[in-house]
Amino acid sequence: MLKIEVIYWLLGAFLAFAAIANLRERRISMAAFWAILACAFLFGDAILAALAAGSRWPAQAMGVGVIGLGVMAARGKLGTSAEDEATLANRRASAQRLGNRLFGPALAIPLVTLVGVLAGPWLRWGETVLIEPRHATLIALGLACVIALLAAMHVTRAPLKTGLGEGRRLLDALGWAALLPMLLATLGSVFATTGVGDAISAIVGALIPIDSRLACLLAFALGMVLFTVIMGNAFAAFPVLMAGVGLPLLVIHHGADPAILGSIGMLTGYCGTLLTPMAANFNIVPAVLLELPDQYGVIRAQWPSALALLAVNFLLMWFLVFR
Amino acid sequence: MNYWPLLGVATVVIGFVLRKNPVLVVVIAGLVSGLAAGMSPGDLLAMLGSSFASNRALLLMVLTLPVIGLLEHCGLRERARDWITGFRGLTLSRFLASYLGLRQVLSMLGLTNVAGHAQTVRPLVAPMSEAAAERTVGALDAEQRHRVAAMAAATDNIGLFFGEDVFIALGAVLLIQGFFAQNGIELQPLAIALWALPTAVAAFVIHVLRLRHFQRQLERAARKRAAANGEGAC
Repeated sequence: MLKIEVIYWLLGAFLAFAAIANLRERRISMAAFWAILACAFLFGDAILAALAAGSRWPAQAMGVGVIGLGVMAARGKLGTSAEDEATLANRRASAQRLGNRLFGPALAIPLVTLVGVLAGPWLRWGETVLIEPRHATLIALGLACVIALLAAMHVTRAPLKTGLGEGRRLLDALGWAALLPMLLATLGSVFATTGVGDAISAIVGALIPIDSRLACLLAFALGMVLFTVIMGNAFAAFPVLMAGVGLPLLVIHHGADPAILGSIGMLTGYCGTLLTPMAANFNIVPAVLLELPDQYGVIRAQWPSALALLAVNFLLMWFLVFR
Repeated sequence: MNYWPLLGVATVVIGFVLRKNPVLVVVIAGLVSGLAAGMSPGDLLAMLGSSFASNRALLLMVLTLPVIGLLEHCGLRERARDWITGFRGLTLSRFLASYLGLRQVLSMLGLTNVAGHAQTVRPLVAPMSEAAAERTVGALDAEQRHRVAAMAAATDNIGLFFGEDVFIALGAVLLIQGFFAQNGIELQPLAIALWALPTAVAAFVIHVLRLRHFQRQLERAARKRAAANGEGAC
């Protein structure tokens, strides 16, 4: 059976390649940055397995590595990458020559992912399922990247070295922004373990006049947005606000419909996701990928939509949940 | 109740206000919050390391970089631009509105990883948006080009967020159902998912209106520039 670990190893190998390439160019801190990250992928399963078996030092070493990543990112030498070798003229000529064949491998990523997700459950060898069902989408995406790379090499007649080199160039350009989503999710787990959510719901619960429907609903909606902005993730905000305000005050005290409140409440949190740099993979990473001069450029483009949707969500909840 | 871990939240807010490096801010916030909760350094390091390793899936988009890098090296973005210029009647707002609709429908079917900033926005959607804009309003300056690219990324986000909640077997709906089940309220996933539809429709309508407004802004700027040039010629 193809497990998600294999895909992680592949990614770890690519990160290790980026580390070695930087080391050979004497860009030491960049090399160390990708090397530490590669460890999380090459040994991630081993670290978690060791922790479950009671051996804590591998996880602690990874923890030290995470702190090291933070320090290196702050020293700021990252993110300056070697320029693309191919000049604009070369790229134009190549685009002319290859034409629409260039789209094939690019579209292969979404299409093969799609096929993998849909066909996954039917791919069997005897009794065993070939793709680990729990992570089918992610495995399909990983496989799609491999197949698309092969297709791209075929279409462009470029060697694997060029593909890895160009990939590394983009990775260097992303720099610390590539890491941020993973770190923010880590922070979410830390906040959950240390009881940040409980403290916030205790404060919110103590502050609002519980007999006013409007006050409770406002506290719930704005709390979802605010907490999502802080955590960068509506999934982290949902249990906190639902346990602190939604369930005790709105559902039990005021008789709100839990299905509607849950569904639209979550979407209210998503409005917060559109507003915050903490949701790095949606808001900061694309700004870097698109080479925008302003790292908040994507947030600037989407905040009016987010606020309008917040108003819509609030009105929907107000008219629907208390029926 | 121990309120000290909230110092971690304060660290995040202060760090972002001072525009410190986000990676450093996040690491420090985690350490502050853990120490304030009274964890020993050993426990804190182990928790930091193990949660970091468990969240590996979020970096999977890096695997797309070799493909995208190679294709861009061979002119993918230039080709995307040329190709979209060939369509008659295509404008920036129509192009992005179609992408928004497609992204929402794909997310509703649970196909959230099919598109994304690395997979589709950078190599295809952003250059195509630029080309579509240039078709109707002429050459864009650097600032306008950045705004068009940012709008392409924003469109991808909105399509993803306000489509995925409609899909019953995906994170959000299962999280909601799981939360209520833990608290003794049994809900059908479909009952939760259906209530995400009104917002999904509203998201499409609102964002399309904004795209049209954005396009009109670009057209006005182009007319102004043309007028200024015309006067200069006299």
